[in-house]
Amino acid sequence: MTPTSRRLLLSAPFAIAAVGGVGFYTALNRQRTGAYNPRGVPSALIGQAPPDFTLPALPESGVEPFGSADLRGIGRPVLVNFWASWCVPCIIEHPQLMRLSREGVPVFGIAYKDKAADSLQFIRRHGNPFNRLAQDIPGRVAIDWGVFGVPETYLLDAQGIIRWRYAGPITDEVLEQDLRILLRRYA
Amino acid sequence: MSFLMLLVLLLAPLLAGPAVAVTSPGDMLPDPVLEDRARNLGREIRCMVCQNQSIEDSEVGLARDLRLLVRERISAGDSDREVKSFLHARYGDFVLLRPPFAWNTLILWATPLVALLVGFGLILLARRGSASTPAPAPLNAEEQRRLAEIEAALRGPAMAGPLRPKKDGTKA
Repeated sequence: MTPTSRRLLLSAPFAIAAVGGVGFYTALNRQRTGAYNPRGVPSALIGQAPPDFTLPALPESGVEPFGSADLRGIGRPVLVNFWASWCVPCIIEHPQLMRLSREGVPVFGIAYKDKAADSLQFIRRHGNPFNRLAQDIPGRVAIDWGVFGVPETYLLDAQGIIRWRYAGPITDEVLEQDLRILLRRYA
Repeated sequence: MSFLMLLVLLLAPLLAGPAVAVTSPGDMLPDPVLEDRARNLGREIRCMVCQNQSIEDSEVGLARDLRLLVRERISAGDSDREVKSFLHARYGDFVLLRPPFAWNTLILWATPLVALLVGFGLILLARRGSASTPAPAPLNAEEQRRLAEIEAALRGPAMAGPLRPKKDGTKA
């Protein structure tokens, strides 16, 4: 073995470690800025109509419930948001939902595995961004949607086809950088 | 004594066996055969919340919901394949702990084979490298004579005769 190839072989582990380090740094940095979401497994329902379901209203909320039939052919994009009063990131995303609602974007809410009284208290305290609001206490409809945590937000196009799913809170960055563009794309 | 303790501690995980399933007795199916099927199937379904546990190992709420769902489908007469495709339709490839063999999972499945082939390639390359080291220079007459003496000595004193000083003073 020549001295050059020996030197190359010796430096190989350091080179591998350096490449790994750069990789980890990039992943962590992109995670911080929201450009990379390790939980961002694409939804299996992208490009499909939502599953068939009917759900009850949240009592005393005064907001009409909805089912899959109500999501067909609205003629404009709709957001379907799974949330719960016990979910802390839901509080983080709430102002963004309120803003979208004020701007006239239809936001449909599904209270996931939440006590009716708690859901009610949440929207009374933080405001109600939902044009329609239903309850999924057993969480079975959420499973049909492929929900694995709250909050989760689905964007349906004007024809009622699921185009985008975001697992996690709709932060200001997500709203401004992704959601607004998608809302215009599918308008 | 402390060595024995260490040995026991080191071997303990081997004796413990697989983790105890978290399914509570109330959630189990009355038919042990079906329950067994549900359990084996559940071990192949990823808990989407914990991501590195199966739904049979996780205590998360969604994992329990999915365990109950699997049992419900099995009681309704679904085959294992049908239960899996039911979940696959909702949660995609990621929900299966054993990913399907498809073009987009090809890298995943082919990596061990590729790594093995690359390893063999490197070994072959290294061997060819060592085989191509230059042959040693041929022996000259003096060296050949000395070699014959050494080899004669190796054959044993019975054939080469007892070692004795040569006339020129060197040893045979």
